[in-house]
Amino acid sequence: MNHAVTHPVPHHFDSAEQAFQASKLGVWLFLVTEILLFGGLFVAYTIFRGLYPATFHEASHHLNKVLGSINTVVLICSSLSMALGVDRVRQNDPNKAHQYMLLTLFFAVCFLIIKYVEYTHKFHEGLLPGAHFTFAGLKDDPKAPLFFSLYFMMTGLHGIHVLVGMGLIAWVLIRSNRGEFSSGYYTPVELVGIYWHLVDLIWIYLFPLLYLIG
Amino acid sequence: MSGHTEVGNYLTHPKGFWSWVTTIDHKRIGIMYMATTMTFFFIGGIFALLVRLELLTPGLTVMSADTYNKFFTYHGAIMVFMFIIPIIPAALGNFFLPIMIGAKDVAFPRLNLASYYIFISGAALAVWALMAHGADTGWTFYTPYSIRTNTSVVLVALGVFVMGFSSILTGLNFITTVHKLRCPGMTFYRMPLFVWAVYATAIIQVLATPVIGITTLLLVMERVLKIGIFDPALGGDAVLFQHFFWFYSHPAVYIMILPGMGIISEVIPVFARKHIFGYKAIAYSSLAIAGISFIVWGHHMFVSGQSPLANLLFSVLTMFVAIPTAIKVFNWTATLYKGSISLKTPMLYAVSFLFMFTIGGLTGLFLAALSVDVHLHDTYFVVAHFHYVMMGGTVMGLLAGLHYWWPKMFGKMYNEWGGKISWALIFIGFNMTFFTQFFLGYLGMPRRYYDYPPQYAGLNMISTIGSWFLFAGFLLMLIYFIRSFFSKEKAADNPWGGKTLEWQIPSPPTEHNFHETPTVTGKPYDYGVVKL
Repeated sequence: MNHAVTHPVPHHFDSAEQAFQASKLGVWLFLVTEILLFGGLFVAYTIFRGLYPATFHEASHHLNKVLGSINTVVLICSSLSMALGVDRVRQNDPNKAHQYMLLTLFFAVCFLIIKYVEYTHKFHEGLLPGAHFTFAGLKDDPKAPLFFSLYFMMTGLHGIHVLVGMGLIAWVLIRSNRGEFSSGYYTPVELVGIYWHLVDLIWIYLFPLLYLIG
Repeated sequence: MSGHTEVGNYLTHPKGFWSWVTTIDHKRIGIMYMATTMTFFFIGGIFALLVRLELLTPGLTVMSADTYNKFFTYHGAIMVFMFIIPIIPAALGNFFLPIMIGAKDVAFPRLNLASYYIFISGAALAVWALMAHGADTGWTFYTPYSIRTNTSVVLVALGVFVMGFSSILTGLNFITTVHKLRCPGMTFYRMPLFVWAVYATAIIQVLATPVIGITTLLLVMERVLKIGIFDPALGGDAVLFQHFFWFYSHPAVYIMILPGMGIISEVIPVFARKHIFGYKAIAYSSLAIAGISFIVWGHHMFVSGQSPLANLLFSVLTMFVAIPTAIKVFNWTATLYKGSISLKTPMLYAVSFLFMFTIGGLTGLFLAALSVDVHLHDTYFVVAHFHYVMMGGTVMGLLAGLHYWWPKMFGKMYNEWGGKISWALIFIGFNMTFFTQFFLGYLGMPRRYYDYPPQYAGLNMISTIGSWFLFAGFLLMLIYFIRSFFSKEKAADNPWGGKTLEWQIPSPPTEHNFHETPTVTGKPYDYGVVKL
């Protein structure tokens, strides 16, 4: 496998192009399921925000807008570097692509570190989901814990997706290190790229809905 | 791989246990799914028999009320999540969908195997939780009771989450296979209707299952972290759970029935020796059912405090489902007209499907009508309706398919007389068990109750006796299916005279299905030119 330039086409496909198109369709379908998975949380958010607009407005002030903004920029940058990486491997420059993907991984780590700082702060203040909510400032509002339930569920599930994405990027990096990719075969790079953009996109919605209301 | 030399069939080549558990052959994975889900059907069936046995007489018959609550939960959860959702798509669909479109395998064979193991893990988790700690919520896990009960809802819900993931991967695999792996000449309008039905099912699997994923995840979090989204005591909304749950679980009943309808569309033209009537109408009605399935979930909440406007809309939308469904039934019936009908076992099941599914479907309209539903909601009428659709529909379709494709899958023919007697037992037993329940429900007996007043005793007894006929029928079927394996006689490659691709290859098929990629030039049920 070390310096293989051509990747064997699986037995049930007629051509490499057919295999590539099938894989891409598969990943797009998978993204649809991801959107529906988050869709449930977005619906719950919409319903409760519609029912308790003042509470959500008040509670969102207790999220750190600066860190949230920085994280948004970090994730957008990671998407850019991922896109550049895919473009490079398409242009048959796998070494450059490797570097771009390393950069993407770096941004992902930054995102999680910042998220960790935010979470720790929330734990400290008692801004916790549901029954564990102890924050004195919002004690009078019985619905405030709901906002933080949604905050932790939505950002938590998103965080898990970031972790999975990092694992996938690491896997692609290992294969790229072995010299498996070229303009002739780069399916995994393309697929992981598509997935990573979705992870970014979900955050683009989460950020204003949670941090910037009111 | 092995070139064009004569190779063994998929069952024996390659050999050995290890070659089975690591196989990426869609046919073997289909068989593994079939063995697993049929085992769950047996277990779920035993619990159904026990539940019916308890209801034989009023008051305590054989078990305590707590045990009864657990047993109907086991029956429901096992039958829904481990049998009827996966059985047709994952077992028969896996086996036949690629062959019917002239492909060597599904688009992602390794993912296919992974989805099997994911299913097994989820099922094992759920079954272990059910057996070790029990669950008494019914298969619907309604909050707030599911948050408070001290049974193992968390593990069962996680099991459902994991099995859902497997269902998603199967659906994703099938959609991609249908789009990317059809053989030359296999246009969409030349695909067998079973493929259309499984394709429509796959769309629902992909679009609806993630919602049950997030719902079960939230339910788990509700119990573990007390997040309160579904808990009124913490500011949440219990009816929201019902909305989430049915947003998946209503489309899910079409995941259960559509593939069954697909099998009926295969069996009827073959055993009536006629081209199917209204091919396009049947194909598109599958997609229409899939589409409408997403906008009717609210009919489960007519008495849960939904707004009157929502009730009205959901009631009307629910009735829309009847249109594509009736299109199918009329077209199947029209196919029979002036056909040369042969009442072999698969056809007996297909014709039973027409009767019993129609009863199930029409009583669904009763329940969709708002004022009638207020009276019938949560009574045995709903239980009877559901079982007429699921057992009278899906299971009849499954049994039709199982008998129809048995010689293709195993190269052996089952005993036709055994098949007919078993069919008669099942047909009589089924109608005894469930037709009585329409009356029980109409007379006001609520579902899931442990006890009932003496005026319901007669009908309950008939229902329970019917369940024994059903059991006898299935036992006989198990016996003649097992016996067929030991029969010396080989089944013919095309015993029924089918025109679809799976009948044009050897029984059982070889590892890669076709020696050469086939080229399709005509329609799948072209009996105008068949020579007999």
